[in-house]
Amino acid sequence: MSMGRTLYQKLWDSHVVSEQSDGSTILYVDRHILQEVSTHQSFEMMRAANRKARRPGTNLAVPDHGVPTDDRSGPIRDPLAAAQVARLAENASHFGLPYIDLKDERQGIVHVVGPEQGFTIPGITLVCGDSHTSTHGAFGALAFGIGASECATVLATQCLVQHRARTMEVRVEGVLRDGVCAKDVALALISRIGIGGAVGYAIEYRGRVIEEMSMAARMTLCNMSIEAGARVGLIAPDETTFAYVRGRPYAPSGATFDRAVGYWKTLSTDPDAAFDKSLTIDASEIAPYVTWGTSPQDACPIGGRIPDPGAAPDAETGARWKRAIDYMGLMPGAPLEGVAIDRVFIGSCTNGRIEDLRSAARVAAGRKVADTVRAMVVPGSTLVKKQAEAEGLDRIFLNAGFEWRESGCSMCVAMNADRLAPGERCASTSNRNFEGRQGRGGRTHLMSPAMAAAAAIAGHLVDVRKLEI
Amino acid sequence: MPQPFVRITGVAAPLLEDHIDTDLIFPARYLLLMERNGLGDYLFRDRRRKATGEQIEDFILNRPPYTTAKILLAGDNFGCGSSREQAVWALSDFGIRCVVAPSFGEIFHANCARSGLLAVQLPAEAVRRLAEDCAGHEVTVDLPEQVIQVGASVVPFQIKPGIKEALLNGWDEIDVLLAKHAAGIETFEQRQRQVQPWLYE
Repeated sequence: MSMGRTLYQKLWDSHVVSEQSDGSTILYVDRHILQEVSTHQSFEMMRAANRKARRPGTNLAVPDHGVPTDDRSGPIRDPLAAAQVARLAENASHFGLPYIDLKDERQGIVHVVGPEQGFTIPGITLVCGDSHTSTHGAFGALAFGIGASECATVLATQCLVQHRARTMEVRVEGVLRDGVCAKDVALALISRIGIGGAVGYAIEYRGRVIEEMSMAARMTLCNMSIEAGARVGLIAPDETTFAYVRGRPYAPSGATFDRAVGYWKTLSTDPDAAFDKSLTIDASEIAPYVTWGTSPQDACPIGGRIPDPGAAPDAETGARWKRAIDYMGLMPGAPLEGVAIDRVFIGSCTNGRIEDLRSAARVAAGRKVADTVRAMVVPGSTLVKKQAEAEGLDRIFLNAGFEWRESGCSMCVAMNADRLAPGERCASTSNRNFEGRQGRGGRTHLMSPAMAAAAAIAGHLVDVRKLEI
Repeated sequence: MPQPFVRITGVAAPLLEDHIDTDLIFPARYLLLMERNGLGDYLFRDRRRKATGEQIEDFILNRPPYTTAKILLAGDNFGCGSSREQAVWALSDFGIRCVVAPSFGEIFHANCARSGLLAVQLPAEAVRRLAEDCAGHEVTVDLPEQVIQVGASVVPFQIKPGIKEALLNGWDEIDVLLAKHAAGIETFEQRQRQVQPWLYE
């Protein structure tokens, strides 16, 4: 009896160039996205060995990490950021790679741009020198983050040496309650399995909640897979996926699109396929989540309390909690709700899409940001920004007292001027609350766009469901 | 070309916290630097130095003899988070050639092999014992023999043969792929062009 295959296995099998005697695989890479921060050394390696890009047209270069999000009418003022962006442009030109300039309306965060341009489609392998490349798995693409050396390998050979991952099924069944979204599902999952919980696994998200999710929500969920340790997060492509991809610039069109859909429809886990691990989440039990510590696993429902290190399951966990609570400037046992914040960041590759901005704007409409809070909205791409402006979301944010900025990674990675001062506390829609992630000494609470908007209005962490919307 | 790794002897610094992420190893603000040499100055920057630049004396890598450490003993999931290979380059530039931990962030682990840093996976208990045994002793990491030696104690470790060979020889992955698989890649592309022609338009 032949065993069925999972989606991951199908994607993997269809990209095997060669299987090696040591168990590794030469895996073919269909598409590669490049940003300015992780590729300058890759290009150095290429130049030093006098190599050419094997298939230049399968690459797409976009600056996003260190770009300014305030005034972009002139050149970039930070000389280091300016040099890095210039280097990417120069390298793209030298190697003949498609390049999206900072002034181009298609510019944005690579994980927003790829899908938006139809560069991300089902059935492909896609890599980028960025760990949140797991985002693209929302399309049923085998997508994962790589380092700078591997970027060079992909440029030169269109291949990577990889080891096949184990598979983990995460079923999300039931119905999400009002005020609860994909970000909450992700944080609920990570708090349950831990940030090392999926190391070595490729996650496939399945179940009714996933089937009903928009592409934006699916991308949020797959994006956060790496925060559980999984390089890959997948969702089988379906009508929602095909409708999203249709008509986008890089996507197949006409009769080819129909043929592609025929192929993409084969990309789902067979009924008799087995996962190495399975778990089910009951969506109706998920409340809006907020992190309290310095790891995405340090998350609990907004109605919860900061844990007591003395009550930790073991001494090491207790020590880690204590360190995190001290860094965060919180009190063990205190309620999360009511913790005063200084800053709000709405954006990032996790939550910088139009649906995210709409969700935050619904909360902000007709209200004012608290006097004690500085809040910024950073669209995931310039096209997202334009769409939001066409819908009047910019007016809603500006009238409420939010800053309305240009697209980029901004305060998620804090490489430009958008960063926290030491001790500042931020309600953030980004993906990592590591020590110093949003600026040295900065304190990050991760949450959904609606929850971050609610925190901006209230001036403290609050359950968005308590605001009358 | 990565520096070959055969055998090293030196000080091992214990930093047994779990989930040390790459932001902690190499803070994002220094990713703006494009020069690969000298990144060791920014290794664990926010643990090693105050915002004023002053050294934080009690951080392990600031305390002799660990200032010259060649081996780092770490906790679970070391190098989780961001894919930045600068984390590996900063460790190497500081002088660390080998990290021993119960588990690693996957992308960090993949980056190590390609930049000549040996990542050794051992059970948490074995790492803890090494940390105790190495106090006041030099540690030898022998890749051909696949052992770590401290005094009389010899700890064997496993490593994937492909990674071992690449590290021993300082091989460039691209050279190997092009030398051994050029025809295979061509064949793959011809086959894929039939199944997914839209990827070739």
